[in-house]
Amino acid sequence: MQAADVFASPRSLADALGGTGYLADDGLATVAWLGRRLGRPILLEGEPGTGKTALAEGVAELLDVPVVRLQCYEGIEASQALYDWDFPRQILHLRAVEAAGAGDGRDVEAELFTDRFLLPRPILRALREPCVLLIDEVDRADDEFEAFLLEVLSTWSVTIPELGTVAAAEPPFTVLTSNRTRELHDALKRRCLYHWIDHPGLERELAIVRSRLPGVDQALAAQVVEVVQRLRAEEDLVKTPGVAETLDWARALQALGVSRLDPEVAASTLGAAVKYREDAERVRVALDRMLTP
Amino acid sequence: MSSPVQQPHQVDGWDAAQTLGGFARACRAAGMPVTADRERTFLSACAALGLARRDDVYWAGRATLTASPADVEPYDRVFTGWFGGRPMHAVSQHEVARSTTVQAALEESAPGDGKDGGSEDVVRAAASTEEVLRHRDVAGLSPADRAALRRQFATLRPRPPTRPARRHVPAHHGTVDGRATARLHLRHLGEPARIRYRRRGRRARKVVLLVDVSGSMSAYADALLRLAHVMVQAAPRTTEVFTVGTRLTHVTRALRERDPDRALLAAGEAVPDWSGGTRLGESVGVFLRRFGRRGMARGAVVVIFSDGWERERPELLGEQVRRLRTLAHRVVWVNPHRGKTGYLPVQAGIVACLPHVDAFVAGHSLAAFEEVLDVVAGAQRPGGP
Repeated sequence: MQAADVFASPRSLADALGGTGYLADDGLATVAWLGRRLGRPILLEGEPGTGKTALAEGVAELLDVPVVRLQCYEGIEASQALYDWDFPRQILHLRAVEAAGAGDGRDVEAELFTDRFLLPRPILRALREPCVLLIDEVDRADDEFEAFLLEVLSTWSVTIPELGTVAAAEPPFTVLTSNRTRELHDALKRRCLYHWIDHPGLERELAIVRSRLPGVDQALAAQVVEVVQRLRAEEDLVKTPGVAETLDWARALQALGVSRLDPEVAASTLGAAVKYREDAERVRVALDRMLTP
Repeated sequence: MSSPVQQPHQVDGWDAAQTLGGFARACRAAGMPVTADRERTFLSACAALGLARRDDVYWAGRATLTASPADVEPYDRVFTGWFGGRPMHAVSQHEVARSTTVQAALEESAPGDGKDGGSEDVVRAAASTEEVLRHRDVAGLSPADRAALRRQFATLRPRPPTRPARRHVPAHHGTVDGRATARLHLRHLGEPARIRYRRRGRRARKVVLLVDVSGSMSAYADALLRLAHVMVQAAPRTTEVFTVGTRLTHVTRALRERDPDRALLAAGEAVPDWSGGTRLGESVGVFLRRFGRRGMARGAVVVIFSDGWERERPELLGEQVRRLRTLAHRVVWVNPHRGKTGYLPVQAGIVACLPHVDAFVAGHSLAAFEEVLDVVAGAQRPGGP
């Protein structure tokens, strides 16, 4: 299937993503399609584990290009996202030149700052080769980095003083994700197409489990999804389990060869879905209520 | 606009671009952050998708005109209102973000008026009077002591907090500055010389003070504004002060006056609601809308001086402080009643805010103010409540 066919319309994109095991709803498929069509990055916000990162991976699979991932963290700087010079190799090169009989100092310096000694970091790689660029958890970076991203995402080019300007032949399909631990700047949001990803409903989540874990016992899958849905709706947890946790839990139960969820098995495998001690207590009580006939 | 909208779509004699533009403006009127460039992107998105399907227009608008889950509900309302027909999507529950409010019964006793203060936990050992004064609750001081205390404010030494700057500066340790080192080596034609290091420089971080001047805080307002004055004097460019009560008043300019007494007078004239009621939640909300969102609170250390005596709507206050925290670098709550023995944060307002503050400190005496300055400077890791 050609990329052109895949991106013919939002519907065909949703179908193609379904083939990779990523079930996108109408809204998300439309936003992703628009992102590619308008050459705009898409900004996905939502609870952890709702499939923000997985979308980038799905699209990369469809386009048959790698995912170039930039994980943001507090204190990340432009140099870590763009490029670095391979300092040890530069020094080695200097010594080699010297051993061969020193040339003119200035020529050597020009040689030192060439592509040969450049270490491309994710953003530069994304501008140079076809890929899907994933900028993960952008809310963890600081203001200055956000301003830098805005510039790159607007011009799709960066300037390296010693080498000149590197511009993307065509903007890569770009996904930014945020968990909303911090409000992003409006300027960055304006540059992107915005989409809030919610936890899926019961049927969609069940479909996701079936498509991701083809071998899983149907009755068990239905039980797990129903329990997780109820936990989300009824229990006020520190960390609500996402689809990722549902899949982990179903996988764990499958590995144990369980075909029915009972309070005991549920309690012993809970760690796959619930990650806080406070939550574990609450969930145990809730499970007893849900699973005891 | 990139290309004309296909199939001129007549709605009540308007053309499509007008209809869509009108919709975008209706969204702006409903409080969404619709800017001119967002409107243009919306029109390009509609042009790309075509106007044949209502769903496509809905999603094109949602991707381009909204900026947070809170915008989804008004967006749905405006969309149905503008284009008619059935509501598109049942509004999902996510934005009723998990309320962390604990319903605490409001104490019916009046808040501490400080009259029982003074004797609380002061150790009258052989300390000098000045030392004793440092730990005395400022609410219960005699006029003579008060005058002595004023002079002592001059001894406070605020240290403005800093943040990493864009630029690097040469340093004795830190990361290897490859370029500087390579240049140095080149000067010696590749002979290994000293390694040069660099690290990120520091810039002053913004500090925002919100001082509660409502009735229950009247005994402390004077001292707290003096503290604010000292902090503004230390970093006039990066410190902002507001009083909150029934309304929000920006008093930074008054406090830039060097002489403390004249500064206090000027601030006093600017504040219309001394010793009035408390609408803390609303005032903090106004601060966020008018100043905070536009950058004043972003990355700042925000200090709230209040006893959290919010009778009206504690859950609103909790929500505003939660939003404040998503913008600020750190939120510090200073409560004059906290330094008293046996104090437990039971005021509904405080209980609603505690999950969202990084540090909860006392603010009833000069010694406590010194601690506040330490926390603001980031010298102490914030201790939880």
